[in-house]
Amino acid sequence: MSDIKKIKDEFLNKLNADLNIESINQIKSELFGKKGKISNSFKNLGSLPTEERKKFASDLNFVKDELQEKINKTIQEIEIKEINSKLENEKVDVTLPERNIVQGKIHPVSQVIDEISSIFSEIGFSVEEGPDVENEHYNFTALNTPDNHPARDMHDTFYLDDKKELLLRTHTSPVQVRTMLKGKPPFKIIAPGRTYRSDSDQTHAPMFHQVEGLHIDKNVNMGHLKGCLNYFIKSFFEVDKIKMRFRPSHFPFTEPSAEVDIGYELKDGKIVIGEGDKWLEILGCGMVHPNVLKNVKINPDNYQGYAFGIGIDRLAMLKYGINDLRAFFETDYRWLNHFGFDPLDVPSNYRGLSR
Amino acid sequence: MKFTIGWLKEHLDTKFKDNQIIEKLTDVGLEVESFEKVSSDLDNFKVAKIINAEQHPNADKLKVCDVDIGEQNTLKVVCGAPNAKKDLLTVYAGPGSVIPKNNMKLTVSKIRGVTSYGMLCSESELNLSDESDGITELKSNKYSDKVGKNFFKNNTEKVIDLSITPNRPDCLGVRGVARDLAAAGVGKLKNISNMKIKNSGPQKIKVSITKDKNQGCTIFGSCLIKDVTNKESPKWLKDKIISLGQKPISAIVDITNYVMLDLNRPLHAYDSDKIDKEIIVRNSKKGETFEALDNKEYKLDNDMCVISDKSGVLGLGGIIGGTRSGTEFNTKNILLESAYFLPRSIRKTSKLLNIDTDAKFRFERGIDPQSIEIGLDKAAQLITEICGGKVSKFDLQSIRNVKKNKIKFKISLFEKIAGFKLKDKEVIKILIDLGFKVSKKKSELELTIPTWRPDITEPIDIVEEIVRIKGFNNIEILEPQKNRIKDTLNKQQKLFHFLQRSVASKGYFETVTWSFTDSKINNLFKENYKEIKIVNPISSDLDVLRNSIFPNLAFYLKKNLDRGFRDISLYEIGPIFKDNKPGEQLTVIGGIKSGKISRLNWNEQNRLVDVFDAKKDTIQTLIEAGYDRHSLFIREKSPSYYHPGKSGSVYLDKDDIDPVAYFGEIHPNILKKLDIKTEAFVGFEIYLDYLKDKKLKLKDSKSKFQFSDYQKSDRDFAFVVDKNFKAQDLIEIISSIDQSLIKSVKIFDVYEGENIPKDKKSIALNVTIQSSEKTLEESDLEKINKLIISTVETKSGAKIRS
Repeated sequence: MSDIKKIKDEFLNKLNADLNIESINQIKSELFGKKGKISNSFKNLGSLPTEERKKFASDLNFVKDELQEKINKTIQEIEIKEINSKLENEKVDVTLPERNIVQGKIHPVSQVIDEISSIFSEIGFSVEEGPDVENEHYNFTALNTPDNHPARDMHDTFYLDDKKELLLRTHTSPVQVRTMLKGKPPFKIIAPGRTYRSDSDQTHAPMFHQVEGLHIDKNVNMGHLKGCLNYFIKSFFEVDKIKMRFRPSHFPFTEPSAEVDIGYELKDGKIVIGEGDKWLEILGCGMVHPNVLKNVKINPDNYQGYAFGIGIDRLAMLKYGINDLRAFFETDYRWLNHFGFDPLDVPSNYRGLSR
Repeated sequence: MKFTIGWLKEHLDTKFKDNQIIEKLTDVGLEVESFEKVSSDLDNFKVAKIINAEQHPNADKLKVCDVDIGEQNTLKVVCGAPNAKKDLLTVYAGPGSVIPKNNMKLTVSKIRGVTSYGMLCSESELNLSDESDGITELKSNKYSDKVGKNFFKNNTEKVIDLSITPNRPDCLGVRGVARDLAAAGVGKLKNISNMKIKNSGPQKIKVSITKDKNQGCTIFGSCLIKDVTNKESPKWLKDKIISLGQKPISAIVDITNYVMLDLNRPLHAYDSDKIDKEIIVRNSKKGETFEALDNKEYKLDNDMCVISDKSGVLGLGGIIGGTRSGTEFNTKNILLESAYFLPRSIRKTSKLLNIDTDAKFRFERGIDPQSIEIGLDKAAQLITEICGGKVSKFDLQSIRNVKKNKIKFKISLFEKIAGFKLKDKEVIKILIDLGFKVSKKKSELELTIPTWRPDITEPIDIVEEIVRIKGFNNIEILEPQKNRIKDTLNKQQKLFHFLQRSVASKGYFETVTWSFTDSKINNLFKENYKEIKIVNPISSDLDVLRNSIFPNLAFYLKKNLDRGFRDISLYEIGPIFKDNKPGEQLTVIGGIKSGKISRLNWNEQNRLVDVFDAKKDTIQTLIEAGYDRHSLFIREKSPSYYHPGKSGSVYLDKDDIDPVAYFGEIHPNILKKLDIKTEAFVGFEIYLDYLKDKKLKLKDSKSKFQFSDYQKSDRDFAFVVDKNFKAQDLIEIISSIDQSLIKSVKIFDVYEGENIPKDKKSIALNVTIQSSEKTLEESDLEKINKLIISTVETKSGAKIRS
């Protein structure tokens, strides 16, 4: 009996010391190996008197379990300790920079074109395109601007031949003509694209972007025109209220014609759209001139509608606070990085124009 | 178009305030560009105080004064006046001002070694008195709090500057503006007082209009005014002319200009003593010349409308007069011309000769043919008032009667277009106020168009008149309907937007550059395309339409390298041009990359960008756009601006003839010619037009999902092949051996050098073999192994490396 207790005390003591896996295995075999103390004690069982044997066996088993358990526990502890110390050694400085990030950018003009397309898509417009090189018929004559019309002087045109028949389009309006010639009414289109005028200074670039709008149907009137533009401007600038002013003007291809101003104020040198008592011209529009409809074989007694032209670069400047038009086209890496958009920021109907 | 409120009120009886008038002008379509005082030369003269006056170091009679002109710092002014002393209030003239007495223009100058910023003025120099002994002394009780203020009051009235659209020649005269305002309810248009001048008998110079083909003049009115004394204009007239930013010349010229600005009625005054016998309005003959009032000699072509006499051309009708018959201060007798010239003729002649004058601008847009006599009347009246003289009867020659244009207007058209209703009565009133003669027949109006409105020709023009006078704010806003006729974007447009964002997502910055470029750079990239010259380029280095996306990208790459950037990724998506006809253009996405990958990165090895970066971006973009990598085929062929050994072209299918993309390193010669200094420069181009209709809709692009759970095996091979043998072909040979078993082929090493013959290379591949029917046994694998080796060796001449 006392032998058992002795073994127990002795080994519990050993196991409480600072051990590694090897020394534990050593202890394990000292106890439970073929010649181990516990094993030996079991062998001695047979030599004991019957009346003692039962109790001894029971005590021995108890001690055996206790030691066994203690050993397992210690092994577990050591393993945890060892893995922890291993991980501790593998530690890195996580504040070091991550691997290289490549981040591309979408040009503000492209982003704004996508915004515009998304807004007009919501009210059923589809996108049409036309060539950058036009002939004078599509750019002027078919748009009710005959050769002797002084309005032609207002377009500083780039010509591609000496006869002045081929040119770079001065506006996106020729797309109206091309669209109507190849289809049948009703028409409900926008046409964004590059436009060109031989004009270059701080506020004019020889190339810029316009979006044309055209809606022709049986009963489209100026109220629809106003509603459409009101909806567009509000959606584009992401404001609830907008001050808008329609000012009579003149374009040969619309009658009546108007220019549209929006209200703004200057706050800390920045333009704030929608408030204030200053006016900013942002687009031209009107009811498509009956002569234009006749030129594309549409009877103006049956069909009528509106058209508009908006400067895209101008819209981008206003919305995103860009001061210099020329910078749009100068490919300054710093500028592109600053004013560019993440390619994942795709403007759409359901997720909105921006975050 | 400029005028003052006072002038406007000569034609308009109104109680409206200035700002109300300004607002209304814009509302009716006469856009107000500005409403402000014209700055005057006299604004340069300021009330000033001498803070300190010291002896000039190099001159006994001069002083150096510190002068306070109300700004932060005082100015040093050298002054010779004996009365210049501390605390004196006087008049200072800054650099740039013109001294009224002698018209001397001041500049910053050194006077005996001391720099003087402007001048202190005497009363005599300011034309205030003859006092010239010292500088002006201002009383301190009146001027002490006015230091820095203008000494002279700017008495000029505020000037309205309108931007008049080309359809409204009538509003190039103050009276036309007044009429529009009256129609819009801003007061009442005054009648023109028709004072009949007593005439002194018939106009004795014979006038004739020849019946030439396309005669540009249809009416020629004139009168002689004898015994005039030409002189400077009186103050009121000078002020009017000056307030519009023009220069007074002489009473006669100023009066003709004044009538033009007032009534939009251009006139011309001849010195009648310089006219040889008679006036003949005719077409010019090629080679005729004359000296115009702009002192230029013009050589005429056939059939330009000229005013001539027996000796030759006097002037170009409606455009510019000639020096031979011009009026001067000593002119005694004048012939006053008031004529009608056809816009088409004016436009043609002025374009050919490249002349732009005020008269041309007006006749080109259309002058009221019925304003001939009113113009003569008003001018003759003013001339006799100011210059004296006797006026002859008006002579009127005409070869065509003035047509009164009439149109029928259904009142309902207004509501149909404008979307709101007006009472018939109101419609009629507006039209009458604008000068129409109106007769109503049931729901239709018969309208006689005023002769000053050449722009009105059809019913829709009448709608515009009513809408603009009534005001656009009466139009009700109709919320847009959300019905759709067709998809927002077509397939090609969707592809455009997809590729645009796909390339950006690979780290490229999108740029937008001109569609034109420098022909010198373009030539390096134009290949077989035609050079498309711009006839009138904005500058000589933007003289052609681009034949490629690269010229501008290369140009701006250099600019950014100059800014100190090295690792640059740029792309543009846009048009390139094949010819100068509409539609002869292609949409291309072009990207360039320079410098290194992972430069200055602590845990990644940096390396130069190379052809495989360009290839990866090209191929990945195509895959993302929905094209199957296994169908894509690469050839070595590429344009000459790529490195011939490190570039290629991509085909959607092996059998395609036209490539959809190019990629590669840019030819070193290009870098040399453009002086681009970079470690490495690669690029790619994808042609959107050639990507048409290869793509399935998403819903059709997913085939049945099939997979195998049987064990797969990997086998490595190394083949020694000819150096020129294409890796693509090797993969193709192996893949096509048994597509049911060979799942993938990967090249993991390419080796040239030791142990390999000079003209050979070793390609190491890993082949994944898997059956969809069973677990392959060693014998099956051995069989396929042997098959791969024998097939490759037979088809490619390769040898398996042992």
